[in-house]
Amino acid sequence: MVVLLGEDSRVIVQGITGRQGSFHTRLMLEYGTKIVAGVTPGKGGQIVHGVPVYDSMEEAVEEHPEANTSIIFVPGRFAPDAVYEAVDSGMRLVVVITEHIPVHETMRFIDYARSRGATIIGPNTPGIISPGISKVGIMPGHVFKRGKVGIVSRSGTLTYEIAYALTRAGYGQSTVIGVGGDPIVGLTFTEALKLFEEDDDTEAVVLIGEIGGDMEERAASLIERGEITKPVVAFIAGSTAPPEKRMGHAGAIIMMGTGTFQGKVEALEKAGVRVARLPFEVPALVEEVLHG
Amino acid sequence: MKLFEFEAKEILKRWGAPVPRSVLIRKGSNVEEALKRSGLEPPLVVKSQVLVAGRGKAGGIRRVDSLEEAVSTVLELFEKPIKGLKPSYILVEEAVEHAQELYVAIIIDRNERKPLVLASSQGGVDIEEIARKSPESIVRKHVNPWVGLRSYEARWVGKKIGLSGGVLASFASFLSTMYRVFEELDADLVESNPLAVTSQGVVPLDARIIVDDNSLYRHPELASRKDDSSEYTHWERKAREAGLAFVELDGDIGIIGNGAGLTMATMDLVHAFGGRPANFLDIGGGAGSDVMRKAVELLLEFPKARKIFINIFGGITRCDEVARGIVDAVKGLGNPDKPLVVRLSGTNEEEGRRILSEAGFQAFTDPVEAARRVVEL
Repeated sequence: MVVLLGEDSRVIVQGITGRQGSFHTRLMLEYGTKIVAGVTPGKGGQIVHGVPVYDSMEEAVEEHPEANTSIIFVPGRFAPDAVYEAVDSGMRLVVVITEHIPVHETMRFIDYARSRGATIIGPNTPGIISPGISKVGIMPGHVFKRGKVGIVSRSGTLTYEIAYALTRAGYGQSTVIGVGGDPIVGLTFTEALKLFEEDDDTEAVVLIGEIGGDMEERAASLIERGEITKPVVAFIAGSTAPPEKRMGHAGAIIMMGTGTFQGKVEALEKAGVRVARLPFEVPALVEEVLHG
Repeated sequence: MKLFEFEAKEILKRWGAPVPRSVLIRKGSNVEEALKRSGLEPPLVVKSQVLVAGRGKAGGIRRVDSLEEAVSTVLELFEKPIKGLKPSYILVEEAVEHAQELYVAIIIDRNERKPLVLASSQGGVDIEEIARKSPESIVRKHVNPWVGLRSYEARWVGKKIGLSGGVLASFASFLSTMYRVFEELDADLVESNPLAVTSQGVVPLDARIIVDDNSLYRHPELASRKDDSSEYTHWERKAREAGLAFVELDGDIGIIGNGAGLTMATMDLVHAFGGRPANFLDIGGGAGSDVMRKAVELLLEFPKARKIFINIFGGITRCDEVARGIVDAVKGLGNPDKPLVVRLSGTNEEEGRRILSEAGFQAFTDPVEAARRVVEL
């Protein structure tokens, strides 16, 4: 079993004719992702890397009723519309790669998606990968390997770095989820941890957090309450970040005293989570929690 | 984007909220004439318009009892840096006699994914201090983003912080205005602290608005504002103009990374070996040689950075592109004498390493080794 993304995932790429959309469609196809259609309004009838393009999600789904997942490469100001369209056309999983979506928009479309039973990953996410099976995202496939460690992260490159270190140390991954670097995201750490807890193929989880917000603290209290029994190893970026400054990600900001590095590490350690001081210590800690 | 107090108050006033009578004085204008023409009557409050917290404690807010004193205080405050920033504007307001100071704010609750109203009867100090000293006084009310803040909810908040009668009605109306501004401006924060309770109802003594940067395309009137005393330093503005995510820090080691998380982790790593980062600079995912060149050029010119640490994990970003950008920047600026430590790993790593070594640079594979080296230099 895999989390959220598996053998039966059939993908539509929204914004497939754009530079990013077309580039990553090729990389996803090379990885083995089953992309059935693309959508760009006004570009219906074109073919991108062998994938048929439609003007709307409705038309795409009519021709490809097996589609259940969409990935969005549409620019910020048009991306919310693309999300509503994906949800209304029955997608169960919508991965929003787009960065720079106004947070007031995100607040609403996530609420809408949830009320219709769809899961949003992102915005501002590298996506999700179940190594060796499927990738719906922009991560470099070669750093991941099939295995038993789940990863959930707010970061892109840092996740590749840590995943690659795990891969080299012999620890492959079950599913790797980038939840996104925005202040509000569709799938949180706590929700992702619950999915990994229920996944038979995941034996341990690596949580990669950063300053800002309180997702890490909430994950910690879930673990402390005993709802997550699998071992969790964490790394938190930003121990040296100043308060009230946005560190690249819209969500990476310490505001009104919340979201500090210390607060997160203390909460996680109190819950029994092993917190790595440097990203490169993660494989050794995974080794410890799995083989003690 | 942080708005100045005077901008926040202008917006609240435009949406129907009462604000103190005031005059805004721009640097270089005739202060005496502006004050006389304003018809304001002492006592007055003279307020430096800088975008830093703790302005009052830093001496940026003064109460004066005559127009003469107001003139000299305005001139003095124009020359007084507050946490390193000198104001371009001074706001002079009529002092508001009041019996009580409240706290009220609307923020976005990231976890509930809803707007959240925070209010307290213990205003005048920041919310962190209220949370420490009298957490029981803080009232929280989540707002359904589809429905908005209804007036009965605004009254509920007022009642919970102990208001009644005319003051309660005035508070509820003020809070409703704040919410409309919050929605209309796509704000991350709308705050009034202190919000004064007077015999005529509530009046904001201070007001703060932060607009979501990602929504600025919907607010061209704000996006076009150019001001020297804004929230960004000279180098931060330069970087923004070049499209780079950059934050100025206090140390002497310039940092460049790809991806926000990795760049922060690189700062942390340098720190772990006893170094102090001069900045955060994220070139983002998939950056080409062009972006890398701009980033390196910026840090070569950035005087705080005595040496530079570039930490790249190539995923979609290609190491050869990165290497080309580094070499272009250094050559373009005539090989400036600033030590550069590069760590490259991932996609097209060998090619990147070859390009660098041909130009006389060594590239590390191990970030820990590289960090140790840059700190030693």
